[in-house]
Amino acid sequence: MWQVLEPLLLQSGYNATLVTIGACLLGLAAGSAGTFLFLRKRALVSDAVAHATLPGVGLAFIVMVALGGDGRYTMGLLVGSAITAGIGLWLVEWTARQTRLSEDAAIGAVLSVFFGFGVVLLTVVQTMTSGRQAGLESVLLGSTAGMLFDDALVIAVGGAVTVATVFALRRPLTIVSFDPEFAAASGINVRWTDLAMMALVMAVTVIGLKIVGLILIVALLIIPPVTARFWTDQTNHVVWMAGLFGALSGYIGTAISASAPALPTGPIIVLVSFALFLASLMFAPARGVVASVWRHRQFQLQVHRRQGLLALARGEPIFDRLTMTVLQRADLVRPDGVATDAGRAQAAKALRDEKRWEVVRTLHQDLAIAGRYDGLTPIEAVLTPDEIAEVDRQIGPPVGV
Amino acid sequence: MTFLRAVAPIQLVTADGKAAKAPDSAAIALDVQGLTVSYGQTPAVFSIDANVPVGSMTAIIGPNGAGKSTLLKAVLGIIPRLSGTTQVFGQPVAQARNKIAYVPQRASVDWDFPTRVIDVVMMGLYRDVGLLNFIGREHRKRALDCLRRVGMVDFATRQVVQLSGGQQQRVFLARALAQDAELYLLDEPFAGVDAATEKAIVDVLKALKASGKTVVCVHHDLTTVTGYFDHVLMINVRKIAEGPVETAFTAESLQATYGGRLATVQIDQLRLPVA
Repeated sequence: MWQVLEPLLLQSGYNATLVTIGACLLGLAAGSAGTFLFLRKRALVSDAVAHATLPGVGLAFIVMVALGGDGRYTMGLLVGSAITAGIGLWLVEWTARQTRLSEDAAIGAVLSVFFGFGVVLLTVVQTMTSGRQAGLESVLLGSTAGMLFDDALVIAVGGAVTVATVFALRRPLTIVSFDPEFAAASGINVRWTDLAMMALVMAVTVIGLKIVGLILIVALLIIPPVTARFWTDQTNHVVWMAGLFGALSGYIGTAISASAPALPTGPIIVLVSFALFLASLMFAPARGVVASVWRHRQFQLQVHRRQGLLALARGEPIFDRLTMTVLQRADLVRPDGVATDAGRAQAAKALRDEKRWEVVRTLHQDLAIAGRYDGLTPIEAVLTPDEIAEVDRQIGPPVGV
Repeated sequence: MTFLRAVAPIQLVTADGKAAKAPDSAAIALDVQGLTVSYGQTPAVFSIDANVPVGSMTAIIGPNGAGKSTLLKAVLGIIPRLSGTTQVFGQPVAQARNKIAYVPQRASVDWDFPTRVIDVVMMGLYRDVGLLNFIGREHRKRALDCLRRVGMVDFATRQVVQLSGGQQQRVFLARALAQDAELYLLDEPFAGVDAATEKAIVDVLKALKASGKTVVCVHHDLTTVTGYFDHVLMINVRKIAEGPVETAFTAESLQATYGGRLATVQIDQLRLPVA
């Protein structure tokens, strides 16, 4: 327990603190940038882009060593990976646009070819005699052990630029994600907006190489927005909540991985974000499974109660056992099936409301009122007492049951 | 090309002499010249000319696959064109965007999107709000006002996924109203909506026309053409006829537009302006 608490409080040393802060910022950037990827339904394009970074890493290393420099110079590797990622993205777009292949086929082709090429390059790099190549393959799954201040700085700056760009472009990104045709007709450049979105994804992928690695980065881009979607129905809320869930995953994930010697940071972060997803899927108040089941059950009971009351009012027998149970529990019906006084009163009211609704629905063509008829909404919630009195005049005096 | 020449005489519209000559450009809201769009090697619309007068209510009609929606999208620059020019109030479309409002087909978006009715209408204010300005009380008021005009103000904070098809269509119309344009282009606004919604939409469109705006609808229901519209553009990949409903919406041009698919009986049932 204490092993987890120490890194959570940033108390477990310089390196662990750097990693924690870096992972938080990465999660924040990935979650907020990933929101529009998710809403635009282009999650897998980011997977292709991420895998297309690998040959860039290998090539950058080879070039830098050939030029007599340090093959592991961080900025050089980042630039190299960004270049091949950009080529990969361009290939996906070009294939989908210019050929009859669908985008998923293009994604599959680019992803595997670039990744395969990258693996070949890394193998070549291993056989080179110079350049400190050991550990270069850590870009696959991330490796935080040797994280330096410079690495954290890259994440901080890149993350800040990413989040600021998402904020600045939130309106065109939202409109393009919801309705690209309308966006184009309004004068928004859909192609550039999409490219900006993919540039954000590329930025997140590249700065995430150190911590999460290129294979799992798509999880940090997609899982936080999907998680946030369970909590809210507004796009701008999804954005900041996804950032929050991403940051939280990074924070808790690094803490857990720091608590034991052999736990890999990146995969643990992804597992933590999945745990947050699972918890939200189950327990989120707006769209969670438990809340939905609960609401559905409540609604069902309400419907049964209403149907039961109407049956009582019309003197029809009640065959449905759940209806009977609901009425008995509310003391509207005695155990032998005869209505109580309260039951009769409520039944009469239910029938009368039903008649009132009938009148309202024929009188009001207005959707706002007639559209609210669901057999359950009390008429008092829709009409004023004066209006109800007016409706009652049309129905005639109440009839006892 | 020879085939083209062969069908050219069917352009009965030109008989009244109006559409044949280029009318005064100031009175033309939407001017399309020689517009061709193709998916692959097959033209979806071929060399279409159209002159939609200012203040008209124009229907674009034609069978499925005739290129009606394609024409609209190409005019707006949503899809690339092979050739041709379009001008809106005498300006190229790119410079006239703030004079154009667009209502896409309702089915073209995924309605399970995290957004409320009011947020969708706000999208119509994008050109005013811009990238970075915050949405103010004034913008919200305008959005609510547009919702009121389509009878949806009580639904402002609803999730769009909860709306019925007709309500979604009204929200799309409200978003176009928020664009406060001079030319309204609507892609099948009456598709799959009930009679009450259709009436509500027609009322809004007629109010637009009454205030001097120009309305162009891709339209499918031939029985309502004479009731709703005053100008008609009939296409089937190529233009068949264009002009005022009284002169252009004839049995001959319908036959030419729909080919043998429209039985004479059906045409007879339409309340055609020309007996």
